[in-house]
Parts: sequence; C-alpha cells; structure tokens
Amino acid sequence: MDAFWIILTGSFVSISCGLLGSYLILRRMAMVGDAISHAVLPGIVIAFLISGQRDSITMLIGAGVLGVLTTFLIEFLHKRGNLQTDASIGVTFTWLFALGIILISAYAGQVDLDQDCVLHGEIAYVPIDLWITSTGKIIGPRAVFITGSVLIIIISFIIIGYKELFLTTFDPAFAAAIDISTAMWHYLLMGAVSLATVASFESVGAILVVALLIAPPATAYLLTEKFLFMLILTAFLGIFISVTGYYLAVSIDGSIAGAMSTIAGLLFALAFLFSPKEGIIITWLKNRIIKKELSESF
Amino acid sequence: MGQLWEFLSFAEPNIRYVTFGSILLCSSAAVVGSFIFLKKKALVGDAVAHSVLPGVCLGFILAGNKNPILLIAGAFVTGWLSLVTIDYISARSKIKEDTAIGLILSVFFGIGILLLTYIQHSGNAAQSGLDHFLFGKAAAMVSDDVNIFGGMAFVLIIAVALLFKEFTLISFDVDFAKTIGFPVKGLELVLTTLTVFAIVAGIQAIGVVLMAAILITPAAAARFWTNNLRKMIFLAAAFGGFSGLAGAYISYIAPAMPTGPWIVMVISVIAFFSFFFAPQKGIVMKLISRRAMAHQIQEENVLKLLFQLGQEDKNYFQQRSVGDIQARRPFNTKLLLSALERLKKQGFLEKGDDRWQFTQAGQKKGARMVKLHRLWEVYLTRYLRIAPDHVHEDAETIEHIITPDLEAKLEKLLEYPVKDPHESDIPYL
Amino acid sequence: MIQQVEDPAVEVHDLTVTYHKKPVLWDIDLTLPRGAIIGIIGPNGAGKSTLIKSMMNLIPHSSGYVRIFDSNIDEVRPQVSYVPQKESVDWDFPASVMDVVLMGRYARLGLFKRPRKADREVALDCLKKVGMEAYKSRQIAQLSGGQQQRVFLARALAQEAEIYFMDEPFAGVDAATEKAIIGLLREMSEKGKTVVVIHHDIQSALEYFNWIVLLNMRLVASGPTQETLIPSLLEETYGGKLTLLAEVGNLMHKKEFTGRDKR
Repeated sequence: MDAFWIILTGSFVSISCGLLGSYLILRRMAMVGDAISHAVLPGIVIAFLISGQRDSITMLIGAGVLGVLTTFLIEFLHKRGNLQTDASIGVTFTWLFALGIILISAYAGQVDLDQDCVLHGEIAYVPIDLWITSTGKIIGPRAVFITGSVLIIIISFIIIGYKELFLTTFDPAFAAAIDISTAMWHYLLMGAVSLATVASFESVGAILVVALLIAPPATAYLLTEKFLFMLILTAFLGIFISVTGYYLAVSIDGSIAGAMSTIAGLLFALAFLFSPKEGIIITWLKNRIIKKELSESF
Repeated sequence: MGQLWEFLSFAEPNIRYVTFGSILLCSSAAVVGSFIFLKKKALVGDAVAHSVLPGVCLGFILAGNKNPILLIAGAFVTGWLSLVTIDYISARSKIKEDTAIGLILSVFFGIGILLLTYIQHSGNAAQSGLDHFLFGKAAAMVSDDVNIFGGMAFVLIIAVALLFKEFTLISFDVDFAKTIGFPVKGLELVLTTLTVFAIVAGIQAIGVVLMAAILITPAAAARFWTNNLRKMIFLAAAFGGFSGLAGAYISYIAPAMPTGPWIVMVISVIAFFSFFFAPQKGIVMKLISRRAMAHQIQEENVLKLLFQLGQEDKNYFQQRSVGDIQARRPFNTKLLLSALERLKKQGFLEKGDDRWQFTQAGQKKGARMVKLHRLWEVYLTRYLRIAPDHVHEDAETIEHIITPDLEAKLEKLLEYPVKDPHESDIPYL
Repeated sequence: MIQQVEDPAVEVHDLTVTYHKKPVLWDIDLTLPRGAIIGIIGPNGAGKSTLIKSMMNLIPHSSGYVRIFDSNIDEVRPQVSYVPQKESVDWDFPASVMDVVLMGRYARLGLFKRPRKADREVALDCLKKVGMEAYKSRQIAQLSGGQQQRVFLARALAQEAEIYFMDEPFAGVDAATEKAIIGLLREMSEKGKTVVVIHHDIQSALEYFNWIVLLNMRLVASGPTQETLIPSLLEETYGGKLTLLAEVGNLMHKKEFTGRDKR
C-alpha cells in the first residue's frame, strides 16, 4: 500500500509539472520554470515561520507569491536595469535560493525542513503523514490530497484557457492583435507553475521539480507534432516515470526523486536517439539506406 | 567583535589556509565567469555546476574514499559532458537551447542525488562530508585541499591573463574572430575547460547548487560600474574575493551554517546594490536623472512662457503673478511654484510681492527657448513635410534637448529664418 | 506629396514612436483610403513594421493617435487582422495547418468556447482560397516558406476582418505564391476590404498597389501610386537619413529623454 501512495503522489506531481512544462518549453521559458522552482523556497520557509506548522494553505500562498514575484523581479532587472535575461534569471534565483537555505539553517529548530528535503524531497515519507479527521478517521496520506487537488486545478486551468494559452504561446503578436492579453496569460501561467512547484516541493525537492517540468514534455515534443497529443503523452510519461523511478530507487536504496529524474533523462535519451521522425540513429540509418540505394542504382 | 579580530589576525594556520583558499576560489571563478556573462551563457554555467555532482559521486565510488584527485577528475568529466550534451541536443534536434539546459541540469543533478543517496545508504564511513559538496563548507578544507583547489584557482587566473585578448574577442564577436583566422574552436574549448575548472575548484567553498552565482553575479554587478572590460574583470574578482572572505568568516563563527548560501547572499547584496545605486547605470540613479530632466523641462517651459507674454506686451520685465502665468497655460500650481523658486535660485527670475519678473539672464534664456521651439517648427515643416498646425507638440519636446551645437547647425541649415510657420517672429540675440 | 482622404480607413495623427527612448518614427500624419491595396515602402530600418504595429496599438505611442474606421482600435479589433512576419513564430511548434488557421476564429469565439463545425468550415474555405486545402493536417514545420505564408494568409482570411495589415507577405516566397497572394489581395479589395502591405520591391509595387506610403523614419509621401512612385520622392526616401533628425534622436536615446512635462 505504501508503494501505491508514493507512486500515486509521484504521478500527480509529474503530470502537473509536465503539463505546464509543455507550455514553458514552447515559450522558451524553461529556465524561468527552473528559477521559480528554486525561488519558492524562501516563501515556503517564511510561511512555515509565520504559521508555525506545516500548514499547506499558508505554504501554497507564500510560495505562490514568491514565484510570481520572481518573474516580476527577473523582468524588472531586465527591462529597467538593462541586465541581460540569462543573468537576471541567474542572479535572482540563486539569491532567493540562498536566502531560503540560510533561513532553514538559522531556524533549524523551528522549521521542519532540512537541506535534504530541499534537494530531493521526502516522497518516501508520504504514507506516514496521514490526514486524520477530527473524529479520528484516517482518510489517507495528506500529500496525495494536496497534489491531487493541485492537479485538478491545473487541468481545469488548461481546459478553460486552452485556446488562449495555445495562441499566446505560438504567436503572441497575433494574439495581441486580436485582443488576447499576453501579459495576463503569462502571469496566470507563471502562477500555475508556482503552484505546481510548491505542491511538488515536499515530494521531490526544488531542483528535481525542474526535471519533471522539462524532461517529459521535451520527450513528448520529439515524439509528436500535435500539441494536444503532446500534452497527453506528457501525462503518460509522468506516470511511467513515477512507477519505474520508484522501483529503481527501491532496488538500489537511493532517493526516489533522484531515480525519477534519472528515468526521465533516460526516456529523453531514448526519444532523442530513436524517435521515428527526429531520432539521431533513425535519421542516420535512413540516410545510410538512401545512400546504399543510390549507389546500387548506378 | 573579538571573534572578528581573532579571525583577521590569522593566528591559526588553518584559518589562514581556508581564508586565502576561499578568496582565491571565488575571485578566480568571478574572472572566468565574466566571460561567461559576456557570452550570455549564465545559465549554461548553472547547468555545468549542477552536473559535476554525479562526477563527484562516481569518483568517490571508484576510489572508495574522498581522494581529491579522483573526485576532481570525476567532476571534470561529467561537467564537461553536460556542456557537450547541451550543445549536441540543441544543434541536432528541434529542442531549443533553454530546454536543453534545464533538461541536462536537472537530469544530471538527479543522477547525482541518486548516486549520493546510494553512497550514503551503503554504509561506507568515508562518505561523511561528501554532502558538503552540495552547499559548500569552507571550514572543512584541510591544508591539502587548499593546496589543490587554491592551486587550480591560481592556474585559472594565469590562463585568463595570458588569453585575455582572445577571450575578449570570442565573447564579443565570434564570426569576426573566425574571419581573422583565430582558432575559435580551440579557444572556446579552452574557455569551457577553464569554466569547468573554476566550478570544480569552487565546490569546496560554495557547493554545486549555488556555484553559478559566484560565476555570474560578480560579473553582473561589476558591469554596472564600468564600461571598460579590464576594470570590469578586476572589479568582479574583487567582489568575488570579498564574498569569499565573508563566507570563510561565517564558516568560522557559525559552524552549523553552510558556507555557499552565505557567500551567495553577500555577492547578491553587492549585486542588487549595484543594480540600483551604481552611478549612471543604476536604476535609482536613472530615476534621479529623469527627475532632474523633468525639472529642467518645467523651468524652461516657464521661461518660455514668460518670454512669450513679454513679447505680446512688449515689456519683458513686467512683474507677473502665478495667476497671470496660469491664465496662459494651466501649470500645476505646486509644480509651478517650485519651478519658480528654482529659477530664482539660478538667477533667472526675481521675486517681489509674490510677483515674478525676468532678470537679464532669464530673458535671454527665455528667448533661446522660444527660438529653439520655432526653429524646430520650421525644420519640421520644411524637411519632414508636416503641416504647420501639427508641428507644435513635437517642438514642445525637442526644444529641451537641442544642444548649442545642434542649435548652430539648425540655424545654418534653415538659413536663419525670421518667421515660424505660424508667422510669429523668431527672436535672435 | 502627402494626400489626405475623406472618411479614411486609417487615420494617423502626429504619431511619434520611440524605441529605447530613441524615436524611430517622427510625426507621422496620414490617412489611408478605404478599399485600397496600400503598399508601405522604404529602406531597412525605416520603421515600416513599427508603423503598422503602432497602427494596431501593439507598441505604445510616444505621442499622437491612430483611428481605424473613425474609432479607437480597441472598439474595432474584431475587424482588424494582422499577418506578422513569417519569422516571428517558431515553425517547429506542434501545430497543424488547420490549428493555425483556426486561430483566426479565436477573436470571435472569446473565452471558454471551442471552435465549432462552422468555424472549421470557414477555415477550410480559407485554406481553399490560398490553395492549401490538401495540406490541412500537415505539421507546419514541413511546409515551404511560401506555404507557411499562405497559411498565415488563410488565418487572416478566417478572421473575416475589414482591414488587413501584412508585414512583408512576399518575403521569401516563390513566384507562384506571390502571384496567388496578389490575386487574393485584389479579390479582397474588390469586396471593399482595405489591405495594408509592407513591401520591398519598387518594381512590383507599381503593379500591385493603388496607394503608396513612402517612409524613412518620417513620412515622405502618401498618395495614389502613379503620383508617389516618382524618382524625386524615391530618391528622398532612399537618399539617406536627415542627419539633424538622426542626431536629435541619438541625443534623446543617450539622455533617456522622457518627453513632455506632465501638466
């Protein structure tokens, strides 16, 4: 049963991240996703210090605010300070992440978080932290409900704004010309990314969230040319990664989140080499066959 | 305070080692990082920094202990591999560079974490302290480490000094470097190698997670203070060195704290201070100069208006009340009064009984503003074919920016016209 | 030669646009006739794209205003269509030809609603008009440059707008496509639609357009083709910049000049 809860949480997390990541990579904002996932850390710690407990709602708010603030700060430094984009991303998130780690170390006694949790999460402890009602009834692991609700929110967001997200991603100038607010959808998307990151944070940690944001959609992108199909494929890849990642981690007694990212990378490598249309090896083989045919025909 | 003196006196040889080691590491990383910053590859630096983790772990698994040479070799291999993979993926598929960076960064780091937890759970006693490579622990350096890592930093600085010209060129304009026959590929290779070198050298002090900051942030901060590349690099090195010193000190007084985040905090504070307060480029300084510009525009508009009123009444030195001025143009009262006071201080106006009048200098300046306004109107109608009834607004803006040099050119080009497009006289002195 | 018209499709009044505080368009003041095929012509860096983008209010104006069909642009957005430069989007995007053309219907759909069968029919019809119906499920990356341009055109047609702004629709397309596009533009103009096109080639401009705007940071001419495409005006358009104007522009950029005092 423990394995089931862990895999279920892992799947919720990877589907949420993967769906949003699909938009990020097509908008060339993969690294903004990376920045947000790091920068939510001080938000989480401050929320912890304020509420004094692992209160999920405060944490979601604290981290969500920090996430959107990060995007603001990156754009502010870039536009007002004329700092190049890559540097404004790099400076902003390393600073916020360092702040988070310092806060954790300084309030080690008060904050129920440690550096390990920040780096690779505590998905293994998901089954221990149960949600118990006032009547004493055990409903199930808390993380399952949190990540599950976030997944539902994100899926509804994508269904409602499908057209707008699609258009502002593909051709922002045209979107603006027909009066779709690119800025609004940009910040809504960033808000959703913050939400997904923070919900995933406890399970897989700040850095490995990035693997789930980027690797599955990048893999799907190589395998399909239809956007809707890319989203669906990403979701299935997320589930697959959770299942295999869990068993890999158990078999060598390592971190589950680490194993999930390893699998995610492996799947990408396979798609990169063997994708029917784009794969490096497939293309090489095709070229060889063509060459051979050519030389035989003469 | 006592602790600070104890620290700065370097009485303990260990403090000496650790401090000089940290300063050298951080400043050499900042020097190499300056070129990464100029090549706009900050995030690639981040990816490489994260990617050395699996190498460190593999080095440990091979050696069975924390043999610095093997750890460095391992870090070097995976750090380098990550760079090659990022380039290969973005060149050979439709995956864009930012996605490739994020992908390699997180996947390599994930593999590193998997290996690290595997080592930690394997029960090898020698592994303790391996996790210091994540967030850095300057105080944990022993003299051997300092010798090795400090030596690497020294080599880095020498290499950059020797290849300064070449690196500058390939950061600025690769295509040009190619056309003049520079071995661009080779140079890029050397710069990449040095980058990986700097990261590997820095991980003892800062750790892999935040290593990117010490590469990029000092350069970004230094860029706000100077436009001269040499100065920028020296400044970056100084900023980096200072944060290294601060980090070593914090490691000394607070052993529970990881060093890396503190070094990053110090350098980030320097950077944000620079972004906001650096002269000329700083955001606040820009706001201040914008305010000064707004003041100048208000003042000049007031002088121009007084001159126009004088021209109509044929009396330039008549006293006028705030109401008189506002009757002609609805200035905001508060802004108008402060502009009038400033003009008095500058000696352009005199005040008596709440009424204002030109001084000689003020009348002269007012005449110049009116002249510039009307000259620009003439220019627009003649050279931009704009209808006379459309030129006023634009002249309202441009009159404030025309320098005496441009003024002379304008007069000559238009051949000293006497009337503006609305048949008003253009005043010459 | 700046000719103004009554009841214009587009009215630009004293428009100045700055980029990084540096003016790229100075005091443009023109009117464009309804139902015409209008060519905007000028050298590189003349501000042609900037002009049509600011007509659609996609970039902020420093001063002046634009009215389309005597209304504020935001009131007539659904009647305005835009064909951006082909290079402005990522053609590796996972979308089919049909997906892109359907985007033209989004303006009519609004939030929440999905494209219906009727929208698909309109989109298909537009694809037929540009001769691309056979490619409707093709991935956009597999199209040639000319075909990509046709898809963009079909998307604009699907909008069923009254005025079309096109940024270099003839750049990098084959001769057949160019011919097809110009045929389509004429058809649109006959139905009373106004088409504003940025164009490079003066030779073909004479044949394609019935109204010409000559631009080089400032408006040089605006009027019927026969009267504007004359050597003296072309020389003025392509004969280099006004040095004094450029100097003032550089000064504004250097000083980060913010413009008029706010009263």
